[in-house]
Amino acid sequence: MSNLKALAYELREHTLDIIMSGKAGHIGGDMSVMEILTELYFDQMNISPENMEDPDRDKFVMSKGHSVEAYYAVLARKGFFSQEEVVSQFSQFGSQYIGHPNNKLPGIEMNSGSLGHGLPVCVGMALAAKMNGQKCRVYTVMGDGELAEGSVWEGTMAASHYKLDNLCAVVDRNRLQISGNTEDVMAHDDLHERFRAFHWHVIDVKDGNDIGQLKAAFEEARETKGKPSVLIANTVKGKGSSVMENKANWHHKVPSEEELAQIRKDLKERKEALSVE
Amino acid sequence: MSKIANRQVICDVLLEKAKEDKDIVVLCSDSRGSASLARFADTFPEQFVEVGIAEQNLVSISAGLAKCGKKPYAASPASFLSTRSYEQCKVDVSYSNTNVKLIGISGGVSYGALGMSHHSAQDLAAMCAIPNMRVYLPSDRLQTECLMKALLEDEKPAYIRVGRNAVEDVYEEGQVPFELDKATVVKEGTDAAIIACGEMVKPAAEAAKLLEEKGIHVSVVDMYCVKPLDKEAVVKAAENARAVITVEEHSPFGGLGSMVSQVVASECPKKVVNLALPDAPVITGTSKEVFDYYGLNAEGIRKTVLEALD
Repeated sequence: MSNLKALAYELREHTLDIIMSGKAGHIGGDMSVMEILTELYFDQMNISPENMEDPDRDKFVMSKGHSVEAYYAVLARKGFFSQEEVVSQFSQFGSQYIGHPNNKLPGIEMNSGSLGHGLPVCVGMALAAKMNGQKCRVYTVMGDGELAEGSVWEGTMAASHYKLDNLCAVVDRNRLQISGNTEDVMAHDDLHERFRAFHWHVIDVKDGNDIGQLKAAFEEARETKGKPSVLIANTVKGKGSSVMENKANWHHKVPSEEELAQIRKDLKERKEALSVE
Repeated sequence: MSKIANRQVICDVLLEKAKEDKDIVVLCSDSRGSASLARFADTFPEQFVEVGIAEQNLVSISAGLAKCGKKPYAASPASFLSTRSYEQCKVDVSYSNTNVKLIGISGGVSYGALGMSHHSAQDLAAMCAIPNMRVYLPSDRLQTECLMKALLEDEKPAYIRVGRNAVEDVYEEGQVPFELDKATVVKEGTDAAIIACGEMVKPAAEAAKLLEEKGIHVSVVDMYCVKPLDKEAVVKAAENARAVITVEEHSPFGGLGSMVSQVVASECPKKVVNLALPDAPVITGTSKEVFDYYGLNAEGIRKTVLEALD
């Protein structure tokens, strides 16, 4: 457990390396989603470079595709490609390491970037698993701003209609989007009620940057039968450094040298503190 | 006239293949009746997915199914499938390269007096502009059968548009010349070339017959594969002709006429006349009344050929 906590910080450092090298990146959402991805890839999901051809593998779609730098760091650590390759090629001319997920790269199931696609695609994947009698699970991570897309709710409706208990969605509820507070842009503070109204099993993760709480929530979802589950993971945008935490202008930003030094210092301190836990 | 609409043939082919291939899945958006796929839903309920009136969901769910080894056929009115779900066709089907076959039913002005919201006069332009998307408009029930059987054998995205009504046969039963992605020459001729697709092939062939009686030899090319366009067939037909006439049930922009013009202009410059629906709201009426009004019938095509040759 403590290893995964520290790992999430190490992967934040790797994410930062990718962003600095490509001089681009949705850093705020990368940092908020890191524990969700870490818990999924290093504890929950049966996905590895060795089993990508196995139809029984778990499936994952990164619906909030703009957090691709965090996703690349996680996939590199899983061994799908090398971190050095991502750092040297991210956003470069002709690169496959684009600013949104691209399934020509190993480990990435679907292209995304246009929001509101991941959940409906996962409905198809979960339906296929049911039709084939496979035991695998299907996961997607959405942003909270993304929930304004109507297609999310089309997928939500179908998932409960088909009783897809092999499907688990996660909302990275960091409460900020590019224009500011999600509640000011398009209010949905009653998110739990909305998913319940569609007959989903709703799990509130009080601290969505806490590996232990996420683990418990994913296990509750796994045990839930007859309906899909959603984790409302309350996270902190820009998590990891006071320079960027809870600041909307860090939605997409490349740190200055001064900011970078402080962020690196903060990430290192937190990682070291968690390593000895 | 054949009593069998192209959409019915699609169901027949899928019914036959789904018996052996359990990965074939048909999806509808409350459209099983208009797609003639109710028989499929009744026969293979475990291979049928209803998504309700939600075309974006239809396409994304199909993409997810395909990614997991299924062979989805998503059928929905062409107007909604092509443009309401455009984003999903682009990202989830084309960019992600999933084996989804998109069946646009009641295409063009099939819905007649239901009006412009239900007409698909932009679907060819929209779909052709997506890389990795193939676009097909079979001309009759016999060609539809050949096309469907061929598409069942591959694992790439495609958009197939068919009309609502039964159309007269262009070909003869048991003797349908068909090669995937190769246009079919319905009639040879040297004075002018008519290149048509979908339901416009039959009136084009009739127009050619009328012209033949007057000693004007016109070739008719059935370009059911709008994308990838059979460029060789276009050049061959154009080279032999004084003028090229394209006929399509679509807006004058971005469809068959535009694509043929590009090829003719660069490979063998000739006069090209594009007979299509107007760049305006289509007049109210049955599809036949609409076709007659805009000259998308044998007589209209005949007149257009004569004007082009003038």
